[in-house]
Amino acid sequence: MKRKLLTVITEQALERQLVQCVMDHGARGYTLTEARGQGRRGVRSADFEQVGNIRLEVICEEDVARQIAETLHKKYFDDFAMVLYLQDVEVLRSEKF
Amino acid sequence: MALARASNGWRTEEGPALGPARALCYDQRPRVSDKEIPLELDPVILFFLLGLGAGLMRAEMRLPAAVYELLTVILLLSIGLKGGVELAGADLARILPKLGVVAAMGIVVGLMGFAILRLSPRLPRADAAAIAAHYGSVSVGTYAVAIAFLDTLGVDYEAYAAAFVVVLEVPAILLGIVLVRGLRPSVGWASVMHEVFLGKGVVLLLGGLLIGVLMGPERLEPFEPLFFDAFKGVLALFLLEMGLVAATQAGALRRHGVFLIGFALLFPLLGAIVGAVFAWGLDLTLGGALLLSVLGASASYIAAPAAMRLSVPEANPGLSLTASLAVTFPFNVLVGIPLYYGVLSVVYPGVGGGA
Repeated sequence: MKRKLLTVITEQALERQLVQCVMDHGARGYTLTEARGQGRRGVRSADFEQVGNIRLEVICEEDVARQIAETLHKKYFDDFAMVLYLQDVEVLRSEKF
Repeated sequence: MALARASNGWRTEEGPALGPARALCYDQRPRVSDKEIPLELDPVILFFLLGLGAGLMRAEMRLPAAVYELLTVILLLSIGLKGGVELAGADLARILPKLGVVAAMGIVVGLMGFAILRLSPRLPRADAAAIAAHYGSVSVGTYAVAIAFLDTLGVDYEAYAAAFVVVLEVPAILLGIVLVRGLRPSVGWASVMHEVFLGKGVVLLLGGLLIGVLMGPERLEPFEPLFFDAFKGVLALFLLEMGLVAATQAGALRRHGVFLIGFALLFPLLGAIVGAVFAWGLDLTLGGALLLSVLGASASYIAAPAAMRLSVPEANPGLSLTASLAVTFPFNVLVGIPLYYGVLSVVYPGVGGGA
C-alpha cells in the first residue's frame, strides 16, 4: 500500500508544538529522534540542549501529510530552522497508517 | 593561607551534630576577616578553565548530553534542598515579602537591560527584549559557583536565597515577552506558562525547597553524601562542561559585534549593583548580598532561551545565548564573583549592611 513519509528536521524547542500539530491533523503515530547537523542557520551541534535538533517522521495518507506540511510551513518556516520533505513509501499494514 | 585551608576538606566531622542550618552547611571553616579580599582562584574554577581551554583547542572531549543533564539536576536539587532545610527553621512570614521584593528586582534588571539595548539603532526590538529577558533572569550555575566561593571563604549567607533563584527566574522572561508581544504571545499564554513555570529550573529548585522544608535536616541525612558532600565535585564536572560549551559559543562572538560583547561584559556590573542595593534594602548578610548581586549580574541560559525561542521566535536565539554563555557566564565565574565580593566586603558594612 502506498503512503507518504513526512520527515521534519527542526529545533528541539518546537518538539511539543510539532507533535501536537501532527496528531491534530489525524496522523496515527510518529517517530522522534534527536539530531544534529548544519544548515543556513549554522551548526546545530546538540552539545547543549538549546542548540539541538529533532527529526520527526510520520507515515500517513497523502492528504494528511500535505496538510501537516502546509501548517508547519505557514507557522514556522519564517523564524525557525526547519527542513521538511515528503517521500513515497510502501507499507504492509495500511490500516495502521 | 586560603589555599592551605582549602586542602583540609570542606566539611568537619562534627557537622551533622550542630544545629539544623549548620548541619548541612558545605563548610565549617573559620571566617576570614571582612577585610581580606580573596585573590586566588577557587579550585572549581580551574575545572571551568580546563573545559574552556580544551574546547578552544578543539580537544576530543565532550560530556554526554545525559551526563550534563544529570549534573544540572543534582545541582538544582542540592541548592533547593539546602534552602528548604534552612526555610524549615525560619519564619516564613518574614521571608515571603522578601521574595516579592526580589521578584520585582528581576523586572528592574530586565527593564534596565532593555533600555540600554535599545540605544543600539541596529538591534531590533525583539532581540533587545529577548536579551533583556536573559539578563533579568538568572543562572543557577553562577549561583552555585558563588555558594562554593562563600563556602571556601567560610562566609555565612542566607541559604534560603535558593528561593530567590526561583522567583528571579520567571518575571524577566514574562517581561521580555510582554515588551514584544504586548499581552498576546504568538503561541498563546498556555504554552508560555508551561515553558516558563514547568522548566526544570523552577520545578527542581521548588521541589528541592519543598522536600527540604517538609523533611528537615535530620531526615535528609541519608542524602547528604550525594546532595551536600558531593556538591563541589558535581559543580566541578558541571563547570568542565560549561567551559566546553562556552568555547563552542565563542566562535559565534565575532559575528555579533562589539556592542553585544560590551553589553555582556558591562551589564553584569550594573546588575550586581542593583542586586547589592536590593540586598541592602532587605537587610541581608554580606554573604546574602553577594548572592543577590551575583543573581543580578547573571544571565539565564536554560529557562530563558527555551521560553523566548517559542514566545518571540523572530528574535535571533544566537545573540542572547552567545552573550550569556560565552561572555557573561565566564566573566562572572572568573572575575565577577571575587570582584563583587571584594567591593561588597569594603562598602557593604560601611553603609550598615549585614549588621
